[in-house]
Amino acid sequence: MILAQLFLTFFKIGIFTFGGGYAMLALIQQEITSRGWMTAQEFVDVVGIAEMTPGPIAVNAATFVGYRLVGMQGALVATSAVVLPSLISVLAVSKFWDKYRNSRGVQWGFAGIRPVVVGLVGAAAIMVTTATLHGLAHGGLRLTTIIIASGVFYGVAFRKWSPIKALIICALLGLIIFK
Amino acid sequence: MAKERNYLMKLFISFFKIGLFTFGGGFAMIPLIEKEIVDDNGWATKQEILDIFALAQSVPGAIGVNTAVFIGYKLKGIVGALVALLGVISPSIIIMVVIAHFFIQFRANIYLDRAFNGLKAGVIGLICAATWQIAKTAVIDRFGLIVALSAFVLSAFGIIPVVWVIVLGAFSGYLYYRTSKGRSAR
Repeated sequence: MILAQLFLTFFKIGIFTFGGGYAMLALIQQEITSRGWMTAQEFVDVVGIAEMTPGPIAVNAATFVGYRLVGMQGALVATSAVVLPSLISVLAVSKFWDKYRNSRGVQWGFAGIRPVVVGLVGAAAIMVTTATLHGLAHGGLRLTTIIIASGVFYGVAFRKWSPIKALIICALLGLIIFK
Repeated sequence: MAKERNYLMKLFISFFKIGLFTFGGGFAMIPLIEKEIVDDNGWATKQEILDIFALAQSVPGAIGVNTAVFIGYKLKGIVGALVALLGVISPSIIIMVVIAHFFIQFRANIYLDRAFNGLKAGVIGLICAATWQIAKTAVIDRFGLIVALSAFVLSAFGIIPVVWVIVLGAFSGYLYYRTSKGRSAR
């Protein structure tokens, strides 16, 4: 029974996850704590972990909650449920897309959407920067963070560094520098 | 047949890598997606990736998951979509199961904490690089610059939901290029 509940809950979360980011965290919290699956404090921990580990937050939260409640089976059920809406909606849109993407109207629309994406990513950069700096204990750590971030920006944007290698180096730098 | 399996395997591995190194949300993976999909494998052009990214944000689901399904479907139909999806979420599942299992010990580990602080700094750099990289492809005229700045303000201050910012962009693009096409705007 709890597997069915897990499935329905995370399917719902998947449906209402638009545009990613922090908007759906409130929804996830409400769904999970109101069912007594987790306390509010535990949820904050999960969000912290989900942000620091790779992968979409919704997927991370689903795997975590499912595993803590039921074990491996729960993790798989909750995770499948949270990605199912993606699969359905994207496949539906893809069909439509192949048919219409070369029409002039759609081309014009996308010519307007492309710069919007630039603005959205820029806004995300600002949000992630403020949240990260806010979470650090003192000015020295913040300065170090800004220096590392600038180095990665320069290397990836202008020197064709591999993003993966850059992140691995950042983790190592963190081990050495962030005391 | 073997070639087909090879292709799907490459698709899986590419998205496994993307999933494994996507820290801090879907935007941070733009540079990595460009490298894996455009530079290394030639599966799509830079512009196609941008369009896919815009679409991925406009439909339900996490951005990273949607992008994977889109690209997988474009390359190899339903099978490709499923393979890319599995690839992008597998790292999350493996890592989160391990963390859920050792939850208490993980929280207290000071070395992990330090490494994560370094990672977070790198994520900032990656998202800034993403902004720069896609701006080069996407902002091609003064109209684009105005739209990009407006979208930035509307989204950074949370003035209207992201879905509406995208809809507005599409609408103004349609109106602008429709009325200016005779005057050579592009």
